[in-house]
Amino acid sequence: MARVFRPKAIHPLGDCAAYIEFSEELDLEVNAVLQRLANLVHARAQPWLRDVVPALGGLALHFDPDHPGVHGDSLQASANLVAECLKQLDPAAEEAPRTVEVPVCYAPEFAPDIDEVAKKTQLSVGEVAELHAAGDYRVLMIGFAPGHAYMGGLDRKLAVPRRAAPRAVVAAGAVAIANDQTVVYPYAISGGWNVIGCTPLAVFDAGREEPSLFAAGDRVRFHAVSKEDFLKMRG
Amino acid sequence: MDPIALSLANALVGNARDEAALEVTVIGPQLAFDEDTLVALCGAEFDGNLPNNRPLRVPAGSQLNVGHAVRGARAYLAVAGGFGVEPVLGSRSTFIPGGFGGLQGRALRHGDVLPLRDGLASARFDSLKKTRDGSVRWSAPPLTLPDREPVLLHVIEGQHYRGFDAASQRAFYDAVWRISPDSNRMGFRLAGPPLAREESGEILSGPTCLGTVQVPANGVPIVLMADHQTTGGYPRIAEIASADVPRLAQLAPGGTVHFARCDLGLAAELRHHLGERVSAALRGIAWNYGQ
Repeated sequence: MARVFRPKAIHPLGDCAAYIEFSEELDLEVNAVLQRLANLVHARAQPWLRDVVPALGGLALHFDPDHPGVHGDSLQASANLVAECLKQLDPAAEEAPRTVEVPVCYAPEFAPDIDEVAKKTQLSVGEVAELHAAGDYRVLMIGFAPGHAYMGGLDRKLAVPRRAAPRAVVAAGAVAIANDQTVVYPYAISGGWNVIGCTPLAVFDAGREEPSLFAAGDRVRFHAVSKEDFLKMRG
Repeated sequence: MDPIALSLANALVGNARDEAALEVTVIGPQLAFDEDTLVALCGAEFDGNLPNNRPLRVPAGSQLNVGHAVRGARAYLAVAGGFGVEPVLGSRSTFIPGGFGGLQGRALRHGDVLPLRDGLASARFDSLKKTRDGSVRWSAPPLTLPDREPVLLHVIEGQHYRGFDAASQRAFYDAVWRISPDSNRMGFRLAGPPLAREESGEILSGPTCLGTVQVPANGVPIVLMADHQTTGGYPRIAEIASADVPRLAQLAPGGTVHFARCDLGLAAELRHHLGERVSAALRGIAWNYGQ
């Protein structure tokens, strides 16, 4: 990547956080570099920094604004920290992301919206499942709920908008699509995306050493499994 | 939701400030005690049979009725020595949407038994000054209760404020907003004039913070509270100054608020002012413990 990687703007996010914005639109290159930048910032372990949250086009630094370490100007302290970490970062360096393999059952009882998606995209239900499973995805951001990964790379042929009204309850492990992304719901919550399958894997487990199955920057591949195998895997 | 009230309740029973306590919202529980316990209830004023803002020694075999909130919405019931609930991800808090933490990841219900971590901690009562009838003759100040409505909340201009049309920008500051019934720990919905953006089109999902005021396409603002999600796709019109969020947490649906502009400098002064009042209250409590 030949371009210079520099923040576009720094916005206060209340008085205890700042949003360092790199892009106003979804840019996969920018997003990939952001994840590495967030890791570098986090690794610096500044005592005034409470949290680093990478989003789609920028990252948030949450801090203690009254900590002596910010010298009375937390926006400047945040900008300086990011600038220092950017110097450490080589945007051209390729990092091999971790790949997460996700089994999905696309059978009708786990895919309440697959018929509608098929109609809207003028594909067969089988083609919808195939195109989804064939994709090569990247986790762009963890947000909305613990372990909830927004994944880019959905085939353009599958682009459908979010549902007009969200479902009151979407099953834990539900695999859903909207626009150019796909998500896997970490537990039963209300959700507005189009559900086309379900994974038997535990997407978020607070008791696990690494509670979240996905991390920002991961590469994700889905593969179809039968209902029988789904039930076996889920236990 | 109100960390100030939580700190005070914990200090009153000699706990660390951030020890886990019961969060009581509007209607309180009836509690039966199997052991001698020292408790304190701080935050909203409840009309049950335990005193507000004071430590209370509760002998084994007693029953307490917390009652109903008569001023404010949320109070914290702390027990000396803390509750014997296993921490999850470093905390004893309950995260209801995810179903983890606290007691089995859910709200408490009739029949639940809560173990106490340190049964001997009730003896802390013996080191308290000016005791009377199992309680004390002094009390902690209610630092977060509203004395009038609409409650004034200072806000810092949000990243997307300028994208709202002029009438909406004015309405945001002029209106008296009412907390809607469909509000919870994730967010408070505010009833009032619809807020419209000048430009259409969705914004890129970005980070949020406690007190972020986001406005979906239907124009109804939502203030993000304690269980809020970390990122969101709705435009952010403003963020509430951190010092003012605990006072918002003391409102129940039907409560009213009013926004006033503030910059980071004023937000800092508000934090310092609140911090001084909290420190003074904690010093007073420590003094009564003979420290």
